[in-house]
Order: sequence, then structure tokens, then C-alpha cells
Amino acid sequence: MPILEKKPINPHPAFRPADPRAAVKKRSTYGEPLVWLTSVGLSAGLLMVVALLAVVFVNGLTVFWPKPVAAVTLSPNAKDSVGGAKSFAGTVIKHQKKITHAAVIPGQKSSDAPYEWQFYIGNKDLYGLGYKYIDNADIVGMSRPKDIIVIERLEYGNAIGRAVSLVEDDGSVVAAEHASFGNRFSAKVRTANERRAEIKVIEKSKIGRVNARMRELTLQSQELEKQVKGLPKHRQNDPELSHERKSIEHEERGLQEEYDQLAAKARALREVQNASTLKYRLLSGQEKDLPIGQVVSFYYPNQLSLVQKIGHFFHSFWRFLAEEPREANTEGGIFPAIFGTFVMTLMMSLAVTPFGVIAAIYLREYAKQGIWVRMVRIAVNNLAGVPSIVFGVFGLGFFVYFVGGTMDKIFFNSALPTPTFGTGGILWAALTLALMTVPVVIVATEESLAAVPRGVREGSLACGASKWQTIRRVVLPAAAPGIMTGFILAMARGAGEVAPLMMVGVVKLAPTLPLDTVVPFVHLERKFMHLGFHIYDLGFQSPDSEAAKPMVFATTLVLILLILALNLTAVRVRQNLRRKYALSAV
Amino acid sequence: MPSQLYNDEEITMTDTQIGSHINAEAPRSKAQAHDAFPKADTSPDIALIQARNFNFFYGKQQALFDISLDIPERKVTAFIGPSGCGKSTILRSINRMNDLIEGVSHGGDITIGGTSIYDPQLEVIGLRRRVGMVFQKSNPFPKSIYENVVYGLRVAGENRKARLDEVVEQSLKSSALWDEVKDRLQESALALSGGQMQRLCIARAIANEPDVLLMDEPCSALDPIATAKIEELIYQLKRDFTIVIVTHNMQQAARVSDKTAFFYLGKLIEFNNTKAMFISPTKKQTEDYITGRFG
Repeated sequence: MPILEKKPINPHPAFRPADPRAAVKKRSTYGEPLVWLTSVGLSAGLLMVVALLAVVFVNGLTVFWPKPVAAVTLSPNAKDSVGGAKSFAGTVIKHQKKITHAAVIPGQKSSDAPYEWQFYIGNKDLYGLGYKYIDNADIVGMSRPKDIIVIERLEYGNAIGRAVSLVEDDGSVVAAEHASFGNRFSAKVRTANERRAEIKVIEKSKIGRVNARMRELTLQSQELEKQVKGLPKHRQNDPELSHERKSIEHEERGLQEEYDQLAAKARALREVQNASTLKYRLLSGQEKDLPIGQVVSFYYPNQLSLVQKIGHFFHSFWRFLAEEPREANTEGGIFPAIFGTFVMTLMMSLAVTPFGVIAAIYLREYAKQGIWVRMVRIAVNNLAGVPSIVFGVFGLGFFVYFVGGTMDKIFFNSALPTPTFGTGGILWAALTLALMTVPVVIVATEESLAAVPRGVREGSLACGASKWQTIRRVVLPAAAPGIMTGFILAMARGAGEVAPLMMVGVVKLAPTLPLDTVVPFVHLERKFMHLGFHIYDLGFQSPDSEAAKPMVFATTLVLILLILALNLTAVRVRQNLRRKYALSAV
Repeated sequence: MPSQLYNDEEITMTDTQIGSHINAEAPRSKAQAHDAFPKADTSPDIALIQARNFNFFYGKQQALFDISLDIPERKVTAFIGPSGCGKSTILRSINRMNDLIEGVSHGGDITIGGTSIYDPQLEVIGLRRRVGMVFQKSNPFPKSIYENVVYGLRVAGENRKARLDEVVEQSLKSSALWDEVKDRLQESALALSGGQMQRLCIARAIANEPDVLLMDEPCSALDPIATAKIEELIYQLKRDFTIVIVTHNMQQAARVSDKTAFFYLGKLIEFNNTKAMFISPTKKQTEDYITGRFG
């Protein structure tokens, strides 16, 4: 029984249960339409990003997946033929409605339109092209024979056909039907690949080192001759000079000998490479000999189990990452481009961060805040909006021609007219991009400096620290995560940039890397390859656009993954800094 | 019956808890409230800091008008007054902390031990080393406890490990923090509680062995227990340091200080022994303020 009689409650309107009918009308007060609008904005953006990533991932990854090969027979009266024959083997790339310019006949349904197939037929050395469209109507038979072999070669792309026999260096012949053929062939290919690596070591590093030393000696002797010319006549035959000349000549002779030896060794290895051959037959019956040295790998596409396919996938992806490009970049890997992008981005970040941080410290901490500082700040912000190609032109004019040219005159005079630093190179590319991204770092650093609480600064000054000590010991550590944010943004922008690089050092093919084992190990003057430029080159400059297309997607995928990896590393570092210098408690 | 919106029982419970909490754990503040001036210092005053006709301007706006007062050595002097009265400004003038603000200017002079703080021969860094400061909001650096305490020595170029260790122990003991943190000196100072942080800031200030310790409302962001600890600490510290404390809390001024200065609208209204001032203020404004009629 209630002790107190309950009075009817008439609470404040805010506590009243909402009238369901009123709820619809009242929604605008709570801002639901805006929530809806903003979420649409976000999801539209997300959708586009996800779609882009999906396209890149699917197209980029399927490149490495082994696809079955079909044996195709064309009808005898078909207009088309492949290499003059009516039968061939190829991978199906596309099956689509034929694109014709003929007028659409009224009444005819579009589903009646003829279909066509696109095949990857390989054998570029014999057919002259790698991809071919065939009308559906011309095809009379399509099957997947188990014995079709795909051979990846150093030149002319893949060979597709049937293996006939293996002719070994001692003249013995192993027929493809023989049980030991598979094992023997793979063993041969393996040793051939090992030998190729050996040749590469000889030619790249060993001969490269000899060449580098030779070049130095040539410069030395040129320098010496110049000196001699400058001397009075009676001193030109100075024994000391002739002694020096002799020692140079002596060393040159020694190097020449070493070079000859290495070259002979490489030549001998090359000969062994071509000693045994593989005989294979196209589906048209044409037979061809292929030196084992030309074979990179082979597989039977129609025999692969799922596990083998997965293994093939990872193996080819790995080779794509680790190998150098071949055949005008449409075959092989992209290792030099990955390496060039990585080194250039790292150099750029290392150049831009101290520069931007120092500028921001002056702007925020030391400069008297007034109209001038405001104008400088506006100018810095505007700099971020300047088209990147303009920075490329500036880099070419200032870094390459002016700074590089001056350096050549002072330090590399003997090498002129061949430029050393007076031409595009990785150093100038990194500095140009650093200049381009410096506003990002300045703005981010300034903001993070401004966010350091006043109390912390005062605490430091009250302990008797000078202004610089306060900045170095307290303010900068506290601002470090914000500075890292600027670093990340700059890196992301710099890594994806292509246009300015084309002017200051990126090239289509640079087999020598900016870092290697030849003294002085870091070659800042070298030209380099870059993933972004590689994509542009493959997509628009390639002689075989069909062959380049899968490479474009695969390269794009690698570029995205590389930038992602760099950013994640930087974010990790920032998290550590945050944990260390968190000021949330202050 | 609006109370039906809440659970009566629970509220009562909470009230009781809060009350018992204060009674049980902060007996000191209560005891002091009964005996307002338990530790009044009667030793003779020797003026250490002297302000003479000190005027101070933020841009064109004058914040202090002709302030003249003598702050005695090794005693606690409290500055009280309503918000905006200039008590913080004069405190921050003593170690020239106001120099950081753009457009400030001053007239008159402040001397410490006979030397003007504006003496061109004197470096402001040296001055701040002699005059330590503790702020309203504790501001430990994002470093370890150890590095926080030795910061002043580090910036002065002292890097000998033995000396630093000694100073850390001494300062943390003087600021009654040693027992709580001696096992985690290398841990971040930001992991400490609010009261511990403020004591750490005091340790950091006294590690420099200053003559003067300025405290700008050091307890205003702390709970009663932490406040009691800091007040106890101030009492201990005045044996070695001359302390000037700005406070909004009249009881605190009465509890910890030997002398009190009352500021109003940038002027020094009254400056006297705390006991005398609180018992028989000579000025009407002072009386009104300390009895809570305005402010």
C-alpha cells in the first residue's frame, strides 16, 4: 500500500516520452538529414576508393595466376589464320561481342551479334604478335590437351606448344614421352638459371668494378697530361711525371688483363648456356629449337593442380618483384623501379623533414608574428598548390643545370663535357620532390608546435632553460608525433609523384642501381627507375600495348603496396612517439 | 516530487561517503580550520624581495599601480585578491615570466637581495634559476620522473650521474614524493596522479636550489587531500626557501602564510602579518573581501 498518494507527474518537456507522430516532424532538430548527407558523402568516397583498389588488386594479381591454354582449330575456310596455320594454342583473355562499325540492322536483336575471342598466343618470334582476336564463327574446335607446355623465355615472351625432345650437350636425345624428360628438363633449366646469375655477377659487379677503376685511371691520366702541358718544356720529361705515367699505364694493363679474363669466363659460360637445346612443336606442326640458356621457366598449364597453381602464382609474383625488366619492360620484373622509388622516397623524406621543421620552428617560435610572417605563411600554403611539373622545371633549371653544372666544373672538371652531376639523377629528383613537399611539413610542424601547451614551455623556462633549450628538450619531443604526420603526408605525396621526376632523373631503363657494391656504394648522380614513371611508360610508351596491360596493373599494385608499407612504418613510429611523449595528461 | 527522478537512497549513501571521506582522510585541514594560525612565525623579517613603485602594462593597459612591498626571507607570503587584481602579474614579474608576453612594459623596480631583476648585467636565465616557480596547472615534461627533476641541472650543463642522483633523492624527499616514486624513477611523469604531479613540479623547482619559490595557485586544480599535502610541504619548505604564493582560497592563505598582501584592481590595498590582517584588517575593502562580501 502506498504511503504517499501519488500525484500525477507533469515533468519537464525534455523528459516527456516522445510522441511517435511528432518524431518524424522533429527529426530535423536532431540533425538526422545532415547525418544522412554526410554519411552518403563518406560512403561515395569510400566506394570509389574500394572500387579502384578492387580493380587494381584483381587485375594486378590475376596476372600471376596460371591460366589454362586452349588448343584451337579454325575452319579451313576462315579468313583468319595464325602464322599461316589453322590451328594454334592460346590462353583465353576475353570473350565478347564483336565490335563492328556496321550499321545495326533493324529488327535484329543485339544478342545475335557475332562473338569474338581474344587469345594470348605467345610465340612472338614466329607469329609476330602475342595477342590475337578470332571470330567465334571461325572456330571449329577447342580443347585443353594435357601436354601443352608454356615456356618463359628471355626473348620474345612465352613459347606455347608441345615439347618434342631435349638435345643434351653430349648429343644424346631424350624424347618428351620419356619418363625422365620432365626431371631432366627442369634440372637443365635450373642450372641454366644459376649460370645466368653467375654471368650477371661477373658482368655487373666484377667487370663493373674494373670499368669504374679504368674510368678513374683515364681521368687521372688526362689530368696528368693537362698538368704536363702547363709545365715549361724542360720539365715535361721530369722522371717523376714519367714514373707516374708508367704506374697508371701499369695498372691499366693489369685491369685490362683482369677484364679479358672475366670476359672470357663470361663468354665460356654463355657458350655452355647454348650447348643443349629443347625441340618443341607448335600446334601447326612447325618445329623449333630453343637453347636451354634462353629458358627462364616452364610449366604444363593444363596439368596443374590447385596447389601447384598457388605455388606458380607466388613464384611468378616473387620473380616480378625481384627481377629486372626485359623486352622493353613488358616482360620480367620491376625490381629496379621498386628500389629506385624506395631510395628516392627515403632520400626525399630525409631531406624535407629537417628543412621543413627548421623553417617551421623559426616561423612559429622566433619570428615576430606580424604581417610579414603572415605573408610568408600564405606563400608557403600557396606553394603546396603549385603544379608539380613546375617544380620539375625548377629542379631542372636550379638543381641540375645550376648546382649540378657548377659542381661538375669544380669537382669533375676532367670528365667534362660528359656531365656527372649536371644531368638528372636521384639526388636532384629527391631534392626537387623535397622542395615540392616542404609546405606540407611546415604546416604540419607549425600546427603541432602551436599545440604544445603553454604551461610546459613556461615550466621549462622557469627552470632556467633558454628558449632554444626549451624548444629542443621539451617542445620538439612533444611536437614529434605532429611532425611525423607531416612526414607521412609528404612521403605519400612524394612517392606517387611522376611529372617532375621525368625532368630530373627518372629513365625508362636504368640497370645500375643507385646503391651497389662498387665504391663509393651510394651513387647520387645516377639516373633511376620509378614505379610511377614505369606505369606511365608501360601504359603509353610501350610497343606492345596488349602485353603491357597486365604489367600496368601489376606495377600499380606494387606501387600502392609500397606506399602503404612506407606509410604504415611511419605510422608505427608515430604511435611509439605518441606513447613516449603523450601530453594528454598535461 | 522531482526526487522521484532519482534514487533517494543512493544519493544519501553517496553524501555520507563523501563526508566520511573528507573527515577520515583529511583531518589536517579540519584541525587547521579550528585553529586558524597554528604555525605563525614570529622571527624578525628580513626583506629579500623588494618592489618599489612597480608599475606594469600589458600593451597600453596598466595592470599594476605603484606596488611597493617587502617580501621577507624564509617566510611564506600570500597574495590574495579577486580575479584580475594583478596578484598573478606581480608574482610572474618576480622571475620575469611576463617577458614572454608581447607588448609588456614596466616602471619602477623589483630587487632580490638588493639586485634589480632588470639589471642589464643579470641574465634572465640566472634569475629564473634563483627564483623557481610552480604553476597553477601542474606541467611535468613528457619525460621520466628522474629527468623531470634534473631538468634544471641538465640545462645548466650538469651531467655527472652521482650529482644528479643525489639531487633527485634530495628534491623528491623535500617534496614528500620520494617514498611514492623511488621505485619508478624511470617511468613517465605523466603517469602520476594530479597531486603527485604538482609535488613533482615542486621537486623540479627546488632541484635548482633557488632562493625564492613562486607558487601560482598551486592547489587550485587539486582535491582536498592533495591540497593538504602541498600545504604541509609549503610549511616544511619555508625553512629553506622564501615562498610567495598566490591563492584564491582565503583559508589557505590563513593556514600557510606568515604575511598576506591584498590586491584589488592592480593596487596593493593592504600588506601585513597574516594573523593581524585576518583578525583586524585596517581597510574596509580587505575586510569585505576576507569576510566574503565580494570577490
